[in-house]
Amino acid sequence: MSVIHATNANFNEIVLGSDIPVLVDFFATWCGPCRMIAPILEEIAAEHPEYKIVKIDVDEEPDLATRFGIMSIPTLMVFKKGELVSTTMGAQPKAKLLSLLA
Amino acid sequence: MSDSVKIYDTVILGGGPAGYTAALYAVRSGLSTLVLEKFSPGGQMTQTAQIDNYPGFHEGIDGFTLGYQMQLGAHRFGAETVQTEVLSVDLKAEPKIITTDMGVYLAQTVIVATGADHKHLGIEGETELIGRGVGYCAACDGMLYRGKTVAVVGGGNTAAADALFLSRVCAKVYLIHRRDALRASKIYHEPLENTGNIQILWNATVETLHSDKKLTGATLRQVKTGETVELPLDGLFVSVGQAPNTLMFRGQLDLDKEGYIVSGETTETNIPGVYAAGDVRTKELRQVITAAADGAVAAHMAEGYLSAKR
Repeated sequence: MSVIHATNANFNEIVLGSDIPVLVDFFATWCGPCRMIAPILEEIAAEHPEYKIVKIDVDEEPDLATRFGIMSIPTLMVFKKGELVSTTMGAQPKAKLLSLLA
Repeated sequence: MSDSVKIYDTVILGGGPAGYTAALYAVRSGLSTLVLEKFSPGGQMTQTAQIDNYPGFHEGIDGFTLGYQMQLGAHRFGAETVQTEVLSVDLKAEPKIITTDMGVYLAQTVIVATGADHKHLGIEGETELIGRGVGYCAACDGMLYRGKTVAVVGGGNTAAADALFLSRVCAKVYLIHRRDALRASKIYHEPLENTGNIQILWNATVETLHSDKKLTGATLRQVKTGETVELPLDGLFVSVGQAPNTLMFRGQLDLDKEGYIVSGETTETNIPGVYAAGDVRTKELRQVITAAADGAVAAHMAEGYLSAKR
């Protein structure tokens, strides 16, 4: 699977309605640490069809950023069966992200 | 896993300009070469939007792109990269053992190019408040403090640039500096003094952080008088310099008192077959180009070491 870009309009369906664990990356195009983890997210998406990787551009989706109280990017949230189970901020290594999804 | 039995001629720790230049030179001289990098290529320069002092790009280049290009250049000749975090190393073993969160790698030679990272203030609550008011990247998080009151701690170029950047977004920016003069280049002094919403707090250090789920303020101490001042804040950006990423080498490689790997122009360390390239080693000038130069030398030294052994 590839990385999915979500918006305020389809967030509930794509993230909360997912049967499989979802990693949501709140990012901005101009943020260095966000770009640093982009290849890791793409690798996870390609290698792990059992997970969904979703990106939300905080500049495009200020309502979602406000809804989740985003104060730092990247913020990475893991949702399982519609529930937020973990939140981490800053760039994280691949193994750490996989352990949060597992 | 087949990965864990192969012995690489050289394993390079870190994929910044030192690491990928070492990879390029190593692989082009016929060494089997693996780069271990935690994040995307480029290291610290990925945080720099515009690099104007790396020659060959007359209009400048952004650090992320430059890092990616360096990786592609090394991969073109057969260097490999694994995205993984190195957990521990045994550099005296033969072959040398590198344990990562993705498995164990073996190498005849190791080039340490782990670079440096931003320093913390080291005060209580700082780590817990990261992302909840405490930050280290004004360019990343500044936009999220639109119209708010923030402080930058530090007196160098990065602190000065951060304060100016934040002044365009935030209502009020304090620049907290422990001395009575900035270390930052002259070009920053005038803009800082002439920007209405920047206030420089001289001779002050951050003593404690206050929070209620997120940062609410800080207590500052006047270095000269010992007086304390309460400062209500929405954000605090720490910009107090760099520290090398060398914790895992302690007890194996000789480090100076700031933690940099003791090494000269040859990049040799106290362990034969182990080289230190880029910001991680003791040196006068830490720049992309001096890191790249180290990478070339380290690969050359590793090649020489291997041919003498064979």
